[in-house]
Amino acid sequence: MKRKDFIYLSGMGLGALLLQDLNALGNPIDPLQALEGVDVKFKKELADVALNAARSKGATYADIRIGRYLNQFVAAREKRVQGVSNTESFGVGVRVIANGCWGFAATNKVTKEDIAKAAEQAVAVAKANSKIMGEPVQLAPQKGFGEVAWKAPIERNAFEVPIKEKVDLLMNVNDIALQNGASFVNSVMFAINEQKYFASTDGSYIDQDIHRIYPSFTITKIDRGSGKFQTVNSLSSPMGMGYEYLTPRAEDKVQGVVTRYKHRYDMLEDVKNATQTADQKIKAKTVEPGKYDLVLDPSHLWLTIHESVGHPTELDRVLGYEANYAGTSFLTLDKWKTKKFNFGSKLVNVVADKTQKGSLGAVGYDDEGVKCGKWDLIKDGTLVNYQAIRDQAHIIGLDASQGCCYAQGWDDVQFQRMANVSLQPGKEKLSVDDMIKNVEKGIYIIGNGSFSIDQQRYNFQFGGQSFYEIKNGKIAGMLNDVAYQANTQEFWNSCSAICDESDYRLGGSFNDGKGQPSQSSAVSHGSATTRFNGVNVINTARKI
Amino acid sequence: MAILSKEEAQAILKKVIGFSKADACEVSLNGSDGGNIRYARNAVSTAGQISVMSLAVNSTFGKKTGTATINEFDDASLQKVVKRSEELAMLAPENPEYMPLLGPQDFPESTTYNAKTAAMTPDTRADMVAKSLEVSKAAKLEAAGFLENSTRFNSVMNSKGLFAYNKSTNVSFSVTVRNQEGTGSGYIEQDFNDLDKMDTLALSKIAAKKANGSAGAKAIEPGKYTVILEPLAASDMLGNMFRGFDARSADEGRSFMSKKGGGTRLGEQLFSENINIYSDPFNPELPSSTWDRDGLPNKRTQWVEKGVVKNLSYSRYWAAQKGAQPLPFNRSIVLEGGNQSLEELIKGTEKGILVTRFWYIRSVDPQTLLLTGLTRDGTFYIENGEIKFPLKNFRFNESPVIMLNNVEALGKPVRTGSGMIPPMKIRDFTFTSLSDAV
Repeated sequence: MKRKDFIYLSGMGLGALLLQDLNALGNPIDPLQALEGVDVKFKKELADVALNAARSKGATYADIRIGRYLNQFVAAREKRVQGVSNTESFGVGVRVIANGCWGFAATNKVTKEDIAKAAEQAVAVAKANSKIMGEPVQLAPQKGFGEVAWKAPIERNAFEVPIKEKVDLLMNVNDIALQNGASFVNSVMFAINEQKYFASTDGSYIDQDIHRIYPSFTITKIDRGSGKFQTVNSLSSPMGMGYEYLTPRAEDKVQGVVTRYKHRYDMLEDVKNATQTADQKIKAKTVEPGKYDLVLDPSHLWLTIHESVGHPTELDRVLGYEANYAGTSFLTLDKWKTKKFNFGSKLVNVVADKTQKGSLGAVGYDDEGVKCGKWDLIKDGTLVNYQAIRDQAHIIGLDASQGCCYAQGWDDVQFQRMANVSLQPGKEKLSVDDMIKNVEKGIYIIGNGSFSIDQQRYNFQFGGQSFYEIKNGKIAGMLNDVAYQANTQEFWNSCSAICDESDYRLGGSFNDGKGQPSQSSAVSHGSATTRFNGVNVINTARKI
Repeated sequence: MAILSKEEAQAILKKVIGFSKADACEVSLNGSDGGNIRYARNAVSTAGQISVMSLAVNSTFGKKTGTATINEFDDASLQKVVKRSEELAMLAPENPEYMPLLGPQDFPESTTYNAKTAAMTPDTRADMVAKSLEVSKAAKLEAAGFLENSTRFNSVMNSKGLFAYNKSTNVSFSVTVRNQEGTGSGYIEQDFNDLDKMDTLALSKIAAKKANGSAGAKAIEPGKYTVILEPLAASDMLGNMFRGFDARSADEGRSFMSKKGGGTRLGEQLFSENINIYSDPFNPELPSSTWDRDGLPNKRTQWVEKGVVKNLSYSRYWAAQKGAQPLPFNRSIVLEGGNQSLEELIKGTEKGILVTRFWYIRSVDPQTLLLTGLTRDGTFYIENGEIKFPLKNFRFNESPVIMLNNVEALGKPVRTGSGMIPPMKIRDFTFTSLSDAV
C-alpha cells in the first residue's frame, strides 16, 4: 500500500472544527498511527497501579478503563472533498467506591504516577461527595474473569482501508447524485474503533476491540420556481462492522418501492435511487389528515422502537436519575411488578441484546466488566424487564447486572446506556407485499425524519423520509407533509401484523445522547416491516 | 496550566509561527478548566473535574492546507506539530474555498471573564448543591440537578500578524424538582459569567413552587391558544431560527430565508413590527468574545428591525462570492422587549396558557421552520389575569416565524439559553395533542 494513498488528504479542512470543538473527538493523528496498538501487558501493569492506589486510599471497589478511541471522518460536498480527519483520544478513567459513594477521575497522561494520582483523586472525590449522598452504593456481585479478550468479528478493518478508496467512493456518490439532477449532495464516511481495556478489583482484565462504521449521504433537490426544496438521506444504517459493509451483495438487498439493505450496503445504487425519490417528493401531493393504517419499514421503525421502547425501559430513567435531563419513564416499577402491564398487542416481543452480530451495541463485556447477554423486555405484549447495571440490579430483584454500562470515552464516567433493543419478527410467514395487499387506507413509510417524544415517553410524533399512499391494497403514489402522533401504549397495542424474519433488518443511532455532561452512545434496533392500525396522521404543511 | 494569560499564549504562538516554512500559517491555542456535580433523588450521583489544553496548526501552501494538533508544548513538540501539518498540506488537494489570511485586526477586550467564577473549587460546587437540596428536602420534594463551571481561553495567531485572545468564565445550573407522587414537576436553568449572580437556593425555590403548583393538572382540548411563554420557553423556540440567519443556505435555496424564484428574504418584512433583534458582544448581561472563528471582529449587528430582515451572516468565502461584506454571526442575541414583568403579562391576559419550558423540539419542515415539541415542568391556565389551575402537557406544532407574527406583548428580556429573551404573549399558538407526561 502506498503511504500517499493511505493518508491521502489527511488533516485537511479541520481548522475551523478544531478552533471550536477542542478535543471533541480527540487529537488529529496520521492514519498510520491508528494501526499501532497499545501492549496489553503494559495496560495490565498500569491497571494494577490504579487498583492498588485506590485500595490503599480506602476504596472498597475500583475499576480502571484504559481507552484508545479512534475516529476517521471523510466528508465530501458536491465535487470537492470537504475534510478528512483522523483523531485519537487516549487516556485513563478510574472509578471507585469509598465511604459507600462513587468517585471518578481521569487523566490523559498515561504514566504510572499520573494514574496513581487519578486513583487517589477519585477516592478523594468519593469521600467529599459522601457527605451529600443518599443510600450507600450496592453493587450486584460480579466474578472476575481473569485476563480475557473480545474482538468484534469484522472482515475488513476500516482503518486499514486507504483513505483514497473512501474519497473515491464519496466522489462517485456525489457525481451520480449531480448527474441525476440533485442540486446539492453531502456524503460522509465515518469509522470508529474503540480499543478498551477494563480492570477491576473483582479480578477482571478485559481487552476489547470494537468497530463501527457509518456511510451516509444527503441530497437536496431545489425547485427554484416554486421555492420548494426536499432532502433525501441514504438508507444505510450505522453498523458494528468493518469496511465489508460497503461491499454490496445481492442477498442483502431488499427489493420494493426502493431498494433497502441488510448486512451489506450499495451506496452507488442507493444515491441514484435517492435522487429519483427526491424528484417524486417535489411533485408529491399533500396528505389528507386522519386515521391511517401505517406500514413501517425497518429503516423507519428503528427510531420509533428506540424512543418509545428503548428509552422507557432504561432503569435509571425509571428511578429518576435522568429527571433533570432526558426525563423519567411511564414504565414505573409498580406497572412492572403486576407482571400484567399491557405494553402492546400479543404480537409485540421486544428483546434487549448486547451480543447481536453486526449491531452497534455488541461487545463481549460492558464498561464495568459484566459479560453481555440477551433478555426479554416485552414478552407477548407484557412488560417483563428493564435494562440495568450493577448498582441498580438489586432494585429489580436481580442477582447480576444485565451488562448495560457504557462510557463514551476514558474521561467520562460510565453509566446505564441502552442495549440493542429490537422487535422480534413475526412467527408466521408474511411478506411486505402481502401485508400491503390487506391495507385499505394506509401509508407506507421508509426512512426516518423528524422525531419528538415527551420526557416520560407517552406522547410521540414521528415524520419520515418517504411516504407512499396505500389505497385498497395498492401503492398509489407519494405523499408529503406526513407526521403521525400517538401514545406509546396505544400505538404498540395497534400493532396488527409483523413480517417474518426474511425481512428483518437493523437500523440504529450513531449518537444517542444522555447524561449530564451529555455522553453519546451507539445502538442498533432490529425489526421486520410492521403494521399499526388506525394511527392519527397530521398534515405539517405551513405557509410563512 | 490550562488557562494561559494573553502574554503566555502570545509567546507560545509566536514561537510556533517562527517554526513555520509554509506560505501561510495559522495557529490556535485553547484551554479549559472546570468541574461539575450531578445529583438526583436528593443525593449526589456523579462529579468530575477536567482540565485540557491543545494547540492546532494550519499550514497552507497555495490553496492546500493541512492541520495537526498537539498537547505538549516543549520546543521539540512544537516543531514536530508544525512539520506534520506542513507534510499533510503538501498531500492535500487545493481547497477552492480557501481564503487568504487576514492581517492584524483591532479586537477590543471582552468582558467575558470573572475571577470569582474562575476560582470555584469542588467545595464551592458541593455547597451550592447543598443549598438546592435544602429546598427540596425541606419541602418533601425530590430534586435532580446539574451544576457546572468552566474557565476557558482561546487564542489565535497567523503569519500575517493577526493575534486574538479571549478568556471567559461560565457557571451554569439547572434543577428539576418533582413531588414524591410524581404528579408535579418544576424546572429552572440559568447561566452566568459571574458566580455572584448565581443563587441556587432562590432558583431551587422557583422550581419547587412549580413542582407543587403543577400537581393535579387538568386536561383541556388541544387547539389554538393565546400563550405566555416564559423567557426559557421562548428561547427554546427561537434558537433554531437564529441559526438560520445565514446568507449561503438562503442563497442556495435551502432555508426559510430563501426567496421563491431565487435570492434571499433580506429586506423583507418577515415578522411583526414589534420585533427587533440584534447581537452585541458588549451586552453587560450577555458578553461574548469580540472576535469570531474567521478572525473577524464581532460588532453590534442589527438582524431584524421592526420585523424587517436587516442582515444575514456571511462567511469570508461567501461574501467574496456575492460581493458582500463578511459578517460573523454572534451568539449574544438580544430580542428587544418592553418593561413588563412576567407577572404583569399574566395580569393583562383574559384567557391563556402559561408555558414554563418546552422539551424535545425537533424541526418538522426546514422550509417553514415548523417545529414540534412538548410543554414540560409547569403549564398553567390563565383566566382574568390570574393563574387558575395547572394543565396537562401539550404537544405543539408551530413555526417561530409564524409565532413572531402573532406577538401581542413582550416583557423585559432576561438571559436564557439562546440570548436575552423576553417573556412573550403570543396569540394562536398551535397545540396538537395532549401528553400524560409529568
